[in-house]
Amino acid sequence: MSDIAVRVENLGKQYRIGAQVERYRTLRDSITEAVKWPLNALRGGLGRRSEYFWALEDISFEVKKGQVIGIIGRNGAGKSTLLKILSRVTEPSAGYAEIHGRVGSLLEVGTGFHPELTGRENIALNGAILGMKRAEIQRKFDEIIAFSGVEKFIDTPVKRYSSGMYLRLAFAVAAHMEPEILVVDEVLAVGDAEFQRKCLGKMSDVAQEGRTVLFVSHNMSAVLRLTEESIVLDKGHLVMRAPSPQAVDYYLSSGFSQTGERFWHADEVPADAHPFCPIAIRVLNPSGRVVDTVRSVEPVTVEIEYRLNAPVTGLRVGIYLLTTHGEHIFTSFDTDDQGNYEAYGVRAAGHYTSRCVIPADFLNEGRYVLGINASTFRVRRYFQDEHALAFTVDPAGAPGMQWGEPRPGPVRPRLDWKIEELPS
Amino acid sequence: MAQTTLSTRPSRPDEDVIILRPSRGWTALNLRDLWYYRELIYFLTWRDVIVRYKQTVLGAAWAVLQPLVNMVVLSVIFGTFARLPTDGIPRPIFTFAALLPWGLFSKALSDAGRSMLSNRSMITKVYFPRLIIPLSSVLGGVVDFAIQFLILLGMMFYFRIAPTPAVWTLPFFVLLALITALGFGLWLSALNVLYRDVGYILPFLTQLWMLLTPVAYSAANVVPEEWALLYALNPMVGVVEGFRWALLGTQPPGPMLIVSTVISILILISGMYYFRRMERTFADMV
Repeated sequence: MSDIAVRVENLGKQYRIGAQVERYRTLRDSITEAVKWPLNALRGGLGRRSEYFWALEDISFEVKKGQVIGIIGRNGAGKSTLLKILSRVTEPSAGYAEIHGRVGSLLEVGTGFHPELTGRENIALNGAILGMKRAEIQRKFDEIIAFSGVEKFIDTPVKRYSSGMYLRLAFAVAAHMEPEILVVDEVLAVGDAEFQRKCLGKMSDVAQEGRTVLFVSHNMSAVLRLTEESIVLDKGHLVMRAPSPQAVDYYLSSGFSQTGERFWHADEVPADAHPFCPIAIRVLNPSGRVVDTVRSVEPVTVEIEYRLNAPVTGLRVGIYLLTTHGEHIFTSFDTDDQGNYEAYGVRAAGHYTSRCVIPADFLNEGRYVLGINASTFRVRRYFQDEHALAFTVDPAGAPGMQWGEPRPGPVRPRLDWKIEELPS
Repeated sequence: MAQTTLSTRPSRPDEDVIILRPSRGWTALNLRDLWYYRELIYFLTWRDVIVRYKQTVLGAAWAVLQPLVNMVVLSVIFGTFARLPTDGIPRPIFTFAALLPWGLFSKALSDAGRSMLSNRSMITKVYFPRLIIPLSSVLGGVVDFAIQFLILLGMMFYFRIAPTPAVWTLPFFVLLALITALGFGLWLSALNVLYRDVGYILPFLTQLWMLLTPVAYSAANVVPEEWALLYALNPMVGVVEGFRWALLGTQPPGPMLIVSTVISILILISGMYYFRRMERTFADMV
């Protein structure tokens, strides 16, 4: 028995896109295409008009039994496609994959749940869909109900559940799968903090039991907590495989030029961002130069350049600041200030910059990530990129530097300490 | 040609090695996988049946209501208006008996046709042999069939008609009905994923099909000699005539039955292969 759990060689997946965006065809389409074929052929080129794109290309890696591997990458990098192939939901277009052991996939919580059935009935159904045998489900029934915390409502139809109860029940069933290889796709993205904590707890239990786990997530701290090694995917290619801290850092800083500036190309901006069109985000030092590294004793200017193709009411453009571990430090919008809020209630179409200054003696040494958000409160989010640009803070001259010890935490303020000797 | 396989070692499924490769052309039926997932067939059938009758007051009575209403309508049209003979059997039973296998078939057509689309979320998220989906939707009709059968027995008792000695062949005809239903159901469910027209054509097709099947009339009395063979190409002809003959002693199906059986089996096998061949595109197309 080999110790490999998963081996993937030159795996690829191709999808058809283009003019024929609808996934299915009608007989009418087939017939008209058959009739038009001679004309199309004459006009130029036999073969289909539609284009293809490779969601995954030339992926090769190996996972040994018992390893917990993270799979990270931007949206559209191919992570879910890879999981779908490994879960046998879809077929590869090229290459080869070998799986040793039973795979349990958690691509979505509550697959197959039917709203008319009670919680109890759905546990049985969902368990069977996830691959558990009837005897197994019977055995674990009470455990699952206890884990979900919905004992009181277990015999009511699931359509009456709140979304939180639904998620807890669905996850409770999935958490009791016992596959040799567990494949998880961003289920942590849903649910409240309590739910996420429970999920993470259960997943780390699973990991510690010696099962092989492939874990896709955008939550970098979860990836760092659960996985030893991670794979980074970018536009369908495997670009890095490394211990997780290294991979996470690479992912967060990747795609950024080292000059402290990030541009968005037209094809990176989704169509539904209209009329907001981001152009660039940059980090500037006090003398106005675009830099990648700033000094903690100097104020840092963050500038967002964008275009509005139509006037927008109530627009706010702002930044998130995160550590490379994915922890939020703060969020700030250009209309947080009352004055700006009133002056720019309606922003006319045009070319804009929104600029802010992060005060000196605020950030600690280390690498930080800026995210950008353009939205109207509770109405619409135009554009968001949580990992737009990274920059480094150099602590020379920061308070306490004379000891040369690293201080944990993202913030390093210069506080005004007064020492006073009290009369004895 | 390379294919997705679940290879050897049936005794310890967790030792299996699964190879994933792009497949081309016709792929194996993979019945072993189907057997491994057999419990899921039960669960999905159970789900379909329960959901159908939850939150209804009449519950299982709905299973009987439809054929009863059909029976009345057909009796009026073919009896009172057209006055077609029924071989001496009271018209209601004559029609109702035929509506049992026919109902199984037509329900299977519409349910199986829709089944892949209505289970879209499962198909795109979890692996199991996709054959299970149309299979369980056809099996769901068996429950209705059983209930209707009990009613039929009740009617026979009321009209004082005893089953003929040929009644031991009844299971064969029920099986034939299932095979026919499943065969066409598989074709439709696969085609419907690719060509949504199928879902729209189906109601008309089913109605037309019923008129071409000897549900409300007896084939021997209605179909002219020259057309008999062509008529028998409809596999439901053999099924319905045979079922009715075994139970009530009407006209025996004759050589038409052999043609029907052969066609049903061919449709089933070809349906399975076609479904398996298209299976690789389902998650991307549904």
